[in-house]
Amino acid sequence: MSIDVDKAIADIKAKVDCLPGAENKLTMVVLSGDLDKHLAAMIIATGAAAMGMKVVLFFTFWGTAALRAPNKKVNGKTFMGKMFGMMLPKGRNKLTLSQMNMGGMGTAMLKGLMKKKNVASLDQLYDVAGQLAVKIYVCEMSMDLMGMKKEEMIDYPDLEVCGVATMLAHAKESAIQFFI
Amino acid sequence: MADYAVAKTLDYKGLACPMPVVKISQQIGTVAVGEVIEVHTTDPGSLADFPAWAKTMGHAILETKQEPGLIKIFVKRQK
Repeated sequence: MSIDVDKAIADIKAKVDCLPGAENKLTMVVLSGDLDKHLAAMIIATGAAAMGMKVVLFFTFWGTAALRAPNKKVNGKTFMGKMFGMMLPKGRNKLTLSQMNMGGMGTAMLKGLMKKKNVASLDQLYDVAGQLAVKIYVCEMSMDLMGMKKEEMIDYPDLEVCGVATMLAHAKESAIQFFI
Repeated sequence: MADYAVAKTLDYKGLACPMPVVKISQQIGTVAVGEVIEVHTTDPGSLADFPAWAKTMGHAILETKQEPGLIKIFVKRQK
């Protein structure tokens, strides 16, 4: 009994190509609004991009606040939107540590340490991420709930608003999926 | 021991994670396939990161030299 080896290989190849998680891609959901978690997310994202992976980030909930541009003003917000706007950090440089924030002292100390040891700041990491074609999606529902508008988001090479299905489509074909 | 020629030396001293790996991924293309880059770094994480990066990207780490306060990594571009 003999098998057609070429055909068998072609069949297996077709199956493997369709497997979920087949693509050399990393999808990460960033729900948290803490500085330490955003640092980890961006270091992982840029590291993965440097290792040749396609990287897709999906900012939702508290994470969306990190994408606010500190210098952009937006009009036409509802009262709730304005309240959220005041209570949420205005951009990534206003994020605080998830622990040991100590009224802001912990965050300041960490930032000082990072500067001293030449650890890349969030600003630098976003720059590098942009250069490495890391894609950033912003959750439309979070923006809607918290009254944020696309016009107040940072200028970034590849930033788009989307919903959960977009994120899931990317996640399904990714080799790595993270949630922070 | 060293029977290869270094095409380029890159100074990554003072850079911390993830920058050394990010930079080598951006700069590996500045030498021809088969050429060797000598990287100088002070980041201890690079000792593990460079081999991991090389394995994933299909390049080779020929040698790692540790001197006081300095790590030298010899990266060969293989594709």
